[in-house]
Amino acid sequence: MQFDAGHRQRAVLVGLGGVPAVVLSACNPVQSALHPAGADAAGVAQLFWVMAAGAVAIWIVVIGCAIYAVLGRRRPSNEKFADRFILVGGVAFPSVTLAFLLYFGLSLLPAWTETDSPDLRVHVTAEQFWWRIGYERPDGSRIESANEVHLPVGAVVEFVLTSPDVIHSFWIPALGGKMDAVPGRTNVLRLQPTRTGSFRGACTEFCGASHALMAFAVEIHEPEDFATWLEDEAAPAQADGAAFAKAGCSACHTIRGVSELGAVGPDLTHVASRQTLAAGTLENTPSAFRDWLVASDSIKPGSHMPNFAMLPPDEIGALVALLEGLR
Amino acid sequence: MERHIAKDPASPAPNADVAAEDVSQKAQKARLAKAWQAPKSWRYLSDVNNSVVGIWYIGTAFFFMLFGGALALIMRLQLAVPENDLVTAEMYSQLFTLHGTVMMFLFAVPIFEAVAILILPAMLGARDLPFPRLSAFGFWCFVIGGVFVSGSIFFNAAPDSGWFMYPPLSTEQGGIGTDIWLLGLSFIEVASIAAAVELIVGVLKCRAPGMHINLIPLYGWYVLVVGGMILFAFPPLIAGDFLFEMERAFDWPFFDVTRGGDPILWQHLFWIFGHPEVYIIFLPAIALLAMIIPTFAQRPIAGYSWIVLSALGTGFLSFGLWVHHMFTTGLPAISLGFFSAASEAVAIPTGIQIFVFIATVMLGQVVRSVPMLFCLGALATFIVGGLTGVMLAIAPFNFQVHDTHFVVAHLHYTLIGGMLFPVMGGVWYFFPFATGRKLSYRLGLWSFWLSFIGFNSAFLPMHLTGLLGMPRRVFTYGADRGWEWLNLASTIGAFVFAAGFLVFVWDCVRSMTHGAASGRNPWNAGTLEWLTPLPGPDYGLRAVPQVESRYPLWDDKTLAARTDRGEGYLPDAPEGRRETLITTVLDAEPLYVLRVKGPSWIPAITAIGLGGVFIFVTFEWYWLTFASGLFFFAALMVWIWTGTAEIPEKPTKDIGDGRQMPLYSSGPTSPGWWAMFITMTGDLTAFLALIFGYFFFWTIHTDFPPPGVTGPGWVWPLAAAALSLTAWALTLAARWINARGNAFLARLLLGLAMLAAAAAAAALLGGPWLTGLDPTSHAYPAIVWALALWTALHLGVGIIMQAYCVARSVFGRMTPKHDADLWNTTLYWHFAAFGAIVTAAVIGGFPLLT
Repeated sequence: MQFDAGHRQRAVLVGLGGVPAVVLSACNPVQSALHPAGADAAGVAQLFWVMAAGAVAIWIVVIGCAIYAVLGRRRPSNEKFADRFILVGGVAFPSVTLAFLLYFGLSLLPAWTETDSPDLRVHVTAEQFWWRIGYERPDGSRIESANEVHLPVGAVVEFVLTSPDVIHSFWIPALGGKMDAVPGRTNVLRLQPTRTGSFRGACTEFCGASHALMAFAVEIHEPEDFATWLEDEAAPAQADGAAFAKAGCSACHTIRGVSELGAVGPDLTHVASRQTLAAGTLENTPSAFRDWLVASDSIKPGSHMPNFAMLPPDEIGALVALLEGLR
Repeated sequence: MERHIAKDPASPAPNADVAAEDVSQKAQKARLAKAWQAPKSWRYLSDVNNSVVGIWYIGTAFFFMLFGGALALIMRLQLAVPENDLVTAEMYSQLFTLHGTVMMFLFAVPIFEAVAILILPAMLGARDLPFPRLSAFGFWCFVIGGVFVSGSIFFNAAPDSGWFMYPPLSTEQGGIGTDIWLLGLSFIEVASIAAAVELIVGVLKCRAPGMHINLIPLYGWYVLVVGGMILFAFPPLIAGDFLFEMERAFDWPFFDVTRGGDPILWQHLFWIFGHPEVYIIFLPAIALLAMIIPTFAQRPIAGYSWIVLSALGTGFLSFGLWVHHMFTTGLPAISLGFFSAASEAVAIPTGIQIFVFIATVMLGQVVRSVPMLFCLGALATFIVGGLTGVMLAIAPFNFQVHDTHFVVAHLHYTLIGGMLFPVMGGVWYFFPFATGRKLSYRLGLWSFWLSFIGFNSAFLPMHLTGLLGMPRRVFTYGADRGWEWLNLASTIGAFVFAAGFLVFVWDCVRSMTHGAASGRNPWNAGTLEWLTPLPGPDYGLRAVPQVESRYPLWDDKTLAARTDRGEGYLPDAPEGRRETLITTVLDAEPLYVLRVKGPSWIPAITAIGLGGVFIFVTFEWYWLTFASGLFFFAALMVWIWTGTAEIPEKPTKDIGDGRQMPLYSSGPTSPGWWAMFITMTGDLTAFLALIFGYFFFWTIHTDFPPPGVTGPGWVWPLAAAALSLTAWALTLAARWINARGNAFLARLLLGLAMLAAAAAAAALLGGPWLTGLDPTSHAYPAIVWALALWTALHLGVGIIMQAYCVARSVFGRMTPKHDADLWNTTLYWHFAAFGAIVTAAVIGGFPLLT
C-alpha cells in the first residue's frame, strides 16, 4: 500500500545502501524484520534504514560538536553564539526533523477499516505455549490446525487474535508488526505477504517458562498451491486410533476422522506434515516424536503436555507410528 | 537530649584582639562540633545526619547494583551460545525479573535519593535536610525491603513474571515471588516518597538566605522536578499494587477477564508510573552533568533558564507518553498517533539540555579530567538511546521491534548513558567532597574505557539481534537463526563492562583510606558545597553565608575566608542543638530557625516495624502482621510525640548579624506543613489512580454497574460525605478556636470531629456491606469496595491525628501559640474530606447517571 513512498525512499537509500547490503547478506532471513516478505515489513524496513542513516548522521554531528568543544583551538567566546547554538541545535532542528518523521512514519499506520473484508481470515488463539490456528471458510466455519501458518502470496490476510490464558504476542517479522493476544479481548492484525518462501514467527510477550519455545512456521504459497494445501488440511485423517485412545491422548487432542473428543491441545490431524513439533521447538522426525512423548516436561518447561514416560516402549512405538502417518 | 537547656551563649566583645577572637572562634567551633558530632562505635548506626546517611545510602545502592549486575552476567552466559543449559527456564525468568527490578527500584531511583541527600544541603547552604530522621527511616526501609526482594532468589522464590508483572501471568500463575515483588516494592516506594518529600522541602525551604529561586544551583532545580515527578508517578503504582495484592490475597477480580476485570488496567497503572520513572532516573543524572560541566569549563552554565525550563518540560511531558509501552495491545489509530507525537516531543527538551552542555564547554576553558570523560561518554551513549527512542516512538516501527532485543539495547543505552555513566562521573567529582580524598586518575581512565568499550560491544549488536527477530526474555534460542555471533559478542562485551565497573568500585574502596588528600575545593568549583575545608567537619558549613549569585565561590573570592572566620548566619550552637535556617520559597528570606533532630534509633525501629508488616503479610502470617503493625504504630507515635513540633525554651534567637529569628513555626511557614502538603499530594494521586480504575472499567463495559447489581445505593455514600464534611469543619473550627486561646473548647470540637469521622467511615463501608456487594463476584463490586476501603482508612488516620492533637493539647505540648500539630491535621483533613466526597459521588452518585 505504501509502494510509492517506498520507491522514493529506496532511491535515497541507493547512495548509502552498501553497508546494509553487506550486513544483511550475512544474516539469516528466516525471522528477520530486515528481509521483508510483506507490505508492512517492507515499509518499516525502509523506514528503519532511513532513520538509521539519519541517526548516525545526527550522532556524528552532535558528538563532533562535543569533541570540538573540548579539543578545538578556536572557539566562540560570546554568549549570543550560545543562545543561537541552543536554539538551532536543540529546538529548531529537532522540531522540524521530528515533524517530518512523524508525518512519514505515521503514514505507515494500517489504513484499513473494519468494513473492508480481507481475502482470508485466520483465527489465532495463543496458548501456553503453542498456537491454535483456524482458517475461516467463506461460510464462517474453520479448518483447525496448529503451530503453522500457511498463506497465499498477495492476499490481504486478517488475523483474529485471542488468548484463553495469559498475554502473548503474535509476530511474523518478515510480514510486519506484532499484535498482542490478550485474554478477554479480540485483536485484529492485517498482513499482506508479497513473496513466497518459508519464514518463522514467534511469541514476543513473555508468557511463562517456555516463552522462548513458542514459535511457528510460516509458509507463503502461490495462491493455487495454497488452495491445494488448504484442501489437504481440511481433509480428515485415516488411521487406526486405538493406541491414541488407549494412552489417553484423545482426552486433549483431536485427529479429525479418527478421534474428535479433545480440544485442549493442538489438533493433530496432519501433524506429520508440519515442519516442527512442540511449536517450533523440535524438528519433525520420528525420534523427535518419541522424545516429546517421554520428556515433554524437560523439553518444554511448564508445558501442559504431560510426560508419557511411564508407557511401555511398544505403546510409545505404536503412538509414534500413528503420528508419523498423519500426513 | 530533647530538653537540653542552653548555657550562656559566648558573645565576643566588639573590640577584642586577635587572640581573644581566636579563642572565641575555637569555642564556637567546638560547640558546633559537639552538637553535630556523629555517634561513635555501634551507635554510629543511629546517626541521622545527611552526610552520614547519604554515604550509607550510596554504598547500599551500589551494593544492590553489583548484585543486579551479577544476575545480568549469568543471563549473558546463558545466552552466549545457542541451546545452552547453564540455568533452567524457570531460573532464567527469575534472573531477568530480578535484574530489572533490582536495577530500577534498588539502584536507579535510590541512587538519586542517596546522592541528593548527601550533597543537596551543602549545595543550598543548609546544615542538614529538614527531616533527617525521615531520611534515615527511608534508608532503613530501603535496606530491609531491598534485602527481602533480592534475597528471594537464593530460595528459588524470586518474582518471575518480568519486572512489569503483567497479569494474568503474574496474578494467576505467579508464586510467592509475585507477592514478594508487590509488597517488597510497595515498602521501598514508601522510602522513595519519603525521600521525595524531604528533598522537595529541602529545596523550597532550606536555602541559604539570599538564594533567590533563580539562583538555585541547577542540581536543586532537577531535584525539585524529580521530587515532584515521584509524587505523581509512584502513587499510581502503589494504587495498582493495592488492587493487585487484593486480587492475589482475597480474590478481588480487578484483572480477571472472567469476572469483569481487565489485565490492560494494570498496564496503564504500571506505565503511568513506569514512563515517568525513566525520567526520574535520567534527570538527576543529567543534574550531575549540569554541576560537573560548568566546573570543568570554568564558567557558568550557558543557558540557566533553558535548562530549568527544559527540565520542567521533560517532567511534564513524561506523564503523557506511557501508552508507547502498550502500542501492540490493540489501540485505535488516534491513540497511536497522539502518543507517537507526544513521545517524539519529549526529545526536544532533552536535546536542549544536551546543547546547553555543549555550548557551555565551547565557551569555557576546558580542564580535561576523568569526570569530563564520563560526561562525554554519557553523551555519546545517551544520544544513541535517544535516537533509537525517537525510532521506537513511531508506532509502525514499534510494532516490529517491540519486545525484541532492539528494545533491550535501546533501554540500556538510555539508562547506562543517561544514568550510570553520569553517576560514575558524579562519584568521581564528589568523592573529595565526601571523603577529602581523590580517586586515582590512572584507574579512572581504565574504568572509563573498559566500561565504555565493554558496554558498546555488549549492546550495540543487540539492535541487530532484535531486528533479526530475537524476542526479549527468551532463555534459549536455536542455532539456526543467525543470532549466535551477535549474542557471543554481547556476552564478551558484558564481561568487559563488568570488569570496568569493578575497577571503579575497587578505586572507590581503596581511595577512601589511601587516596591522595584533595585539599579544599580541588576542582575550583563555584557552588557552595565546595566552601568547607575537606574532609568537611560534621557540622558542614562554619557559618551559613548570604548568597548573591549562582556561583558564589567564583564571584566572591573572599567568601571562604570570611566564612572560616564565622561570618554569616548560625556560626555557633550555644544551646547545643542542631540548627538550620528555614527561608521563604521564592526569595529565601530567613523565616525561622529549625532545630533538626540528632541521632536516634527510632527511625530504624519504625522501619523494622513497617518492614515486618509488609514481610509477614507476604507469607499470610496475619497475626504477626497485626503485631508488627501495632509495633510500627507505637514506634511512630513515640517518634512523632518526642521528635516533632517541640516547644522551644525561648521564642527567638540571634542568628548572627543582629537578626532575631523565631524558634517555632506553624502553618505554611513551617517545613512540617509543607511536608504534609506534599505527602498528601502524592496520596491524592494514588486515590485518583483508583478513580481512574473505576472509570476504566466503565469504559470497557457496556453496562456498568453490571445489570442486576444494586450497588451501594446513594443514601449511605451521601451520609458519609456529609459526615466527613462535618468532621472537616469541626477540625477547622478547632484550630480557629484554639488559636484564640480556648484550648478546652478546641479539644471538645476535635472530639466531636472524631465521632463524625468514625460515623463517616462506618457509613462509607456500610453502603456496600448492607447492599450485599460481594467483591469477589465481579470487578464492579471490587472497585467500589476498594474505593470505600481506601477512603475509610484515610478517615481512620484522620481520627488518629485528631486524637493526637487532643493528647498534645492535654499534655501541654500543643498550645494556642504552638499549634503546628493542629495546622497539619487540618491540612490532612482538607484532603481526607475531599477524598470522601469524591468517593461518595463516584460510588453513590455515578450509578444514578448511567
